[in-house]
Amino acid sequence: MSGNDKVLQIRALRKSYPGGVEVLHGLDIDLRAGEFLTVIGPSGAGKSTLLRCINGLVPASAGSCRLRGAEILGLRGAEMRAARRRIGMIFQAHALVDRLTVMENVLSGRLGYTGFWSSWARRFPPGDVAGAFRLLERVGLEGYEDRRADRLSGGQRQRVGIARALLQSPELLLVDEPTASLDPKTARQIMRLLRELAAENNLAVIANLHDVGLARMFSDRIIGLNAGTIVFEGAPGELTDSELSTIYGEEDWSTEEVADVSA
Amino acid sequence: MSPPDAASVSATGLSGEAAARTWQRPRLIANAWIRRAAWGGGALYLIVAVATLGVDFERMAAGVPRAAEFVSGFFWPDFTTRGGDIIEGFIESVTMTLLSTVIGVALSIPLAIGAARNFASGPVYLVCRSIIAVSRTFPEVMIAIFFVVMFGFGPFAGLITLIVGTVGFLGKLLAEEIEGCSTEQIEAIRATGASLPKILVFGLFPQVFPRLVGLGLYRLDINFRESAIIGVVGAGGIGATLSTTLNRYEFSSAAAVLVLIIVIVLLTENVSGFIRQRLI
Repeated sequence: MSGNDKVLQIRALRKSYPGGVEVLHGLDIDLRAGEFLTVIGPSGAGKSTLLRCINGLVPASAGSCRLRGAEILGLRGAEMRAARRRIGMIFQAHALVDRLTVMENVLSGRLGYTGFWSSWARRFPPGDVAGAFRLLERVGLEGYEDRRADRLSGGQRQRVGIARALLQSPELLLVDEPTASLDPKTARQIMRLLRELAAENNLAVIANLHDVGLARMFSDRIIGLNAGTIVFEGAPGELTDSELSTIYGEEDWSTEEVADVSA
Repeated sequence: MSPPDAASVSATGLSGEAAARTWQRPRLIANAWIRRAAWGGGALYLIVAVATLGVDFERMAAGVPRAAEFVSGFFWPDFTTRGGDIIEGFIESVTMTLLSTVIGVALSIPLAIGAARNFASGPVYLVCRSIIAVSRTFPEVMIAIFFVVMFGFGPFAGLITLIVGTVGFLGKLLAEEIEGCSTEQIEAIRATGASLPKILVFGLFPQVFPRLVGLGLYRLDINFRESAIIGVVGAGGIGATLSTTLNRYEFSSAAAVLVLIIVIVLLTENVSGFIRQRLI
């Protein structure tokens, strides 16, 4: 292994949208290989924007973002695409291309490496196809390769999304609300799978989560984002109720059942 | 280990106020008098409009025998007297229809992508939108007259006319379809590091393909019917045959042409329905 295991180094990252609304006010984040970082915070805090600034789906306004020491902010064209190949992204479950088969969806993870006409004819290198079969098996979807994506359940779709991102052989994994619209049990299974695969491949992961419970269970480190500023950073154990109030605003955080609601 | 949804439900129970309260959907025009005036004005306009058309019952009555002759021609459509012309006209029309649809669809795909807000901006968007707008501005018959003047009588003018019509029709509808696509699916393909052509093939095309096929088949149908109309102004095809027979008061031959047009339109309707079912 190389001595440099710092995968991602974000400094003073800012993003303002046209019209002058600044949604990220200078973020600093470091991430090591094999580390599972979760970002929590209220809707509109800038979690999704943060992820999209890293892989350039949304252009950042200022700051620096280094992937294994090389600046990737502000890259354009082919250089930007080359950087994106090294960064896998997992979206909400509905971000699969519905009318493509499971196999096509997974293989689209290799689009950055495949020529246009080969991809048009769906002729991917045998190594990629073998890798796709292996990943489908690993995420528990053996035999589903010819199924159309819109025929799958939410949990199955998310497994395909994970396989697609991993087929890129990424160094960094960006995960945006992976469990939104999934039931609690499926959500846990998906998080566990992500966690295992990240460990197997020594991946650095940044995951946005809405569910604080899941964040506590599955992350090495948690960042709390509120209105574009980091207001908490620490281990899951350090996330107390008062910290949650800092992140989300005042609320009664007790998880005991509210007794008798009748008026 | 317990789920974190710390819920503090504020108890806003429904109080049992049984007093009958009525509710009405808010009216488009709140003022009752303005509303009545709008209705009244609309009715008055319709009456005046019909009055100015100059409906002439005498002339309508005089036309009845000729209409009867025309209709009776329909009961004995004559396929043989002008058989050669009819076959030639149909082959011309079908060729025009197929070629214009294929070429028109091929041209309208890049145009539609350029005319979709989520894929193009600035000059590209403006140019593509303008081309589509211009090709939709004039009715096909006028375009046909223009091309007949340019290229002379015959099916070539008709072919170009139908291509223009197809581009305008498909360009606009397909662009709207592209604008309505799921951004997440496209974004997901973009995140893999795919270049624009590959994003189109893997992210966009699967989303719009069924609609493209449906619109293309529908346009095939339109183009055939349209080829009958523009033939009347000299752009070749079955329309030219129809126009000749009508000019010579050969209603039985005209009826034969019309019957054939109906049969072909019904056929394309069924075939396109079958193909669409298979694809979506």
